[in-house]
Amino acid sequence: MSQEATTTEKTLISPFNIIAGIIVLIGLYLTVRRFTGGLGAVTNLSDNNAWGIWIGFDLLTGVALAAGGYVTAAAVYIFGMKKYHSALRPAVLTGFLGYALVVLALHYDVGRPWRLPYPFVVQAGTSSVLFEVGACVALYLTVLFLEFSPAALEWLGLKKARNLAVKFTLVLVVFGIILSTLHQSSLGALFLIAPSKVHPLWYSSFIPVYFFVSSIIAGLSMVIFESTLSYRFFADKMDEAHLREKDDMALGFGKAAAFVIAGYIAIQLLGIGADDEWRLLGTGYGLWYLVELFGFFGVACLGFAIGAREKKVQLIRWTSAWAVLAVIVNRFNVSLVAFNYHLPASDRYFPSWMEIGISVFLVTLGLITFRFIVSRMPILYEHPEYEDVH
Amino acid sequence: MSLSRRKFLGWLTAAGLSGSAFGKVAHAATTKHFEGHPDSLGVLYDNTKCIGCRTCEAACNKVNDLPPPDRPFDDLAVLDNKRRTDPKKYMVINKYDGSVNVETPLFARTGCNHCLEPACASSCFVRAYTKTESGAVTYDSSVCVGCRYCMLACPFNIPTFEYDIALTPRIRKCTMCYDTRLVKGELPGCVEACPTESFTFGKRTDLLNIARERMRRFPGRYLDHIYGENEMGGTSWLYLSGVPFKKIGMREDLGITPAPQFTSSALAAVPMVVGTWPLLLMGIYAVSKRKDKIAKEEKEQALAEVTAQVKAEADQKVSEAWEKAAQEKEKAIEAAVKQALEAAADVETEENS
Repeated sequence: MSQEATTTEKTLISPFNIIAGIIVLIGLYLTVRRFTGGLGAVTNLSDNNAWGIWIGFDLLTGVALAAGGYVTAAAVYIFGMKKYHSALRPAVLTGFLGYALVVLALHYDVGRPWRLPYPFVVQAGTSSVLFEVGACVALYLTVLFLEFSPAALEWLGLKKARNLAVKFTLVLVVFGIILSTLHQSSLGALFLIAPSKVHPLWYSSFIPVYFFVSSIIAGLSMVIFESTLSYRFFADKMDEAHLREKDDMALGFGKAAAFVIAGYIAIQLLGIGADDEWRLLGTGYGLWYLVELFGFFGVACLGFAIGAREKKVQLIRWTSAWAVLAVIVNRFNVSLVAFNYHLPASDRYFPSWMEIGISVFLVTLGLITFRFIVSRMPILYEHPEYEDVH
Repeated sequence: MSLSRRKFLGWLTAAGLSGSAFGKVAHAATTKHFEGHPDSLGVLYDNTKCIGCRTCEAACNKVNDLPPPDRPFDDLAVLDNKRRTDPKKYMVINKYDGSVNVETPLFARTGCNHCLEPACASSCFVRAYTKTESGAVTYDSSVCVGCRYCMLACPFNIPTFEYDIALTPRIRKCTMCYDTRLVKGELPGCVEACPTESFTFGKRTDLLNIARERMRRFPGRYLDHIYGENEMGGTSWLYLSGVPFKKIGMREDLGITPAPQFTSSALAAVPMVVGTWPLLLMGIYAVSKRKDKIAKEEKEQALAEVTAQVKAEADQKVSEAWEKAAQEKEKAIEAAVKQALEAAADVETEENS
């Protein structure tokens, strides 16, 4: 009797489960509220501020942080860096879950979610950047599902289907990179149509390029960050190859990230120069822009560079979290801080606790699913029957 | 401006309203300069004539069957606060301080300007918006997903959303009374109701001429600027004012580029990425494969060389050993023969002795 109680305690009543359970309950309550009372019942959105954190965080940041899938796939399959192979499956899984959550979040944000397929089945508005984003995200979610499927099929023991799925790897990888290039950049391009509403320091005709390049930063950093967390919580699931390669991967990805961030800072400054906006750097918004560019991206670049040169894995791990934060700050700045900068403070947007609640709820759902899959499927280790079959 | 019914219907015919060829879409990826559908219609709002009576707001509410207002339309205290369009009102009149003194306030109309190349239509991924050949920008809620990108895109902040409707929220905006009145040959509600003729309805090209004519006839009364002639590539609604437009809440920094052009080059990059990325990626893949292959070949070659060298050395050693052994054997045979001969000689000597 008492033994039974302890077992239950061990398996169900963990701090993670309690917190996750509470968040899920709140999330379900907010979901009901959203779909019975409308967007007005749970959000601070207004006619001036049509997009809030469900776009700024869940969509823009979510997609950027799920870039690890295509970045790692490109490194391993296209650039032939086979030594990072063990990082691939966790990255693809994170990407897949990330995109699935983005699509789920959109169901909360748009007015009539069941019409989300309308642009593709009823009437296509191809002059819209959003059409491109929608098409690419839908296709890429499918690609990620297929890229992830071998792990699930190995778990289910469906050998033939698994081997068939593996055959398409390279095609899927190439397709995935094309789609990612398109929609990562298009998320920035969404704002191109409103030059009068985005602060000039963040508005640039290069914004699609900024979003694409910073998605690579986000992808590289997320893979390192996520590997750190996985090692902390799922070390028992990792096989020898994964444990051996993870530090090597952190050093390699960190070094790559240092270069990409340096390039990103350079093109940001080129953009400021191209539009001749140096004088705006002296304003309040300018200061905040400098904090974003140097305080967040610059420091991350330095951390990665020093970490890679001195072979300090710990520094790289901390820096990866900082770089992820830098990308989040950038997406928030473009979509919320710099957006509607011309309006008086009373007309500006700040999220309600319920909007934040839904976002936290969705992230929690992602974590729960990640944990479920990692504890069951061959993600952090190779399935014994398929070792060395790549 | 007086307007006969016959003239009005003539315009409608010219604007293609009596036909069925509506629904042209604003295409983004083009460098062509679009100057509006020929003979399309519009409204000229002359702010020097407006007295802020809100009759137009009441008419708009009535003809569009909008929900009742929070406060009655004859309550002019409403004007003390700046308002914008919302699901209950497609247009509003706002009051601004006059240039001379506060006792002579100025008014300005806020509502859809019916752009020649609308940002909303260009940004809509289900084509819920249509710039009709009449000039009116209409909205079809039967396909709208409710993504609200049009609200983000509109430089004039006009489209509004029914945030309080749970499952069937719509975008709400002025349609120039297209479905309810224009097609029947009637004037837009606000235009018809205005007691001071602040609104003039007609062909956009005529309205531009009327505006310039007024500037000529009343020197000093107007600024030399017809708002909407070029703003955002031009709008079907046009505005005349005696004070700078930014003083009556209208942005003067929007520029003259039609909204679709801001996104057209980004969209034009899509097919280029789709076309060139496979080449680039497969090229990098081929190079890295080839590097692997060459590395493998070099490794094999080096291995083969080392093996050959080792083998040659071993062969030499073996042959040397063989030679040595052969020599030793020969020596042994020689010694044995010698020994035998000696022994034989000894025997011979013994026999002879």
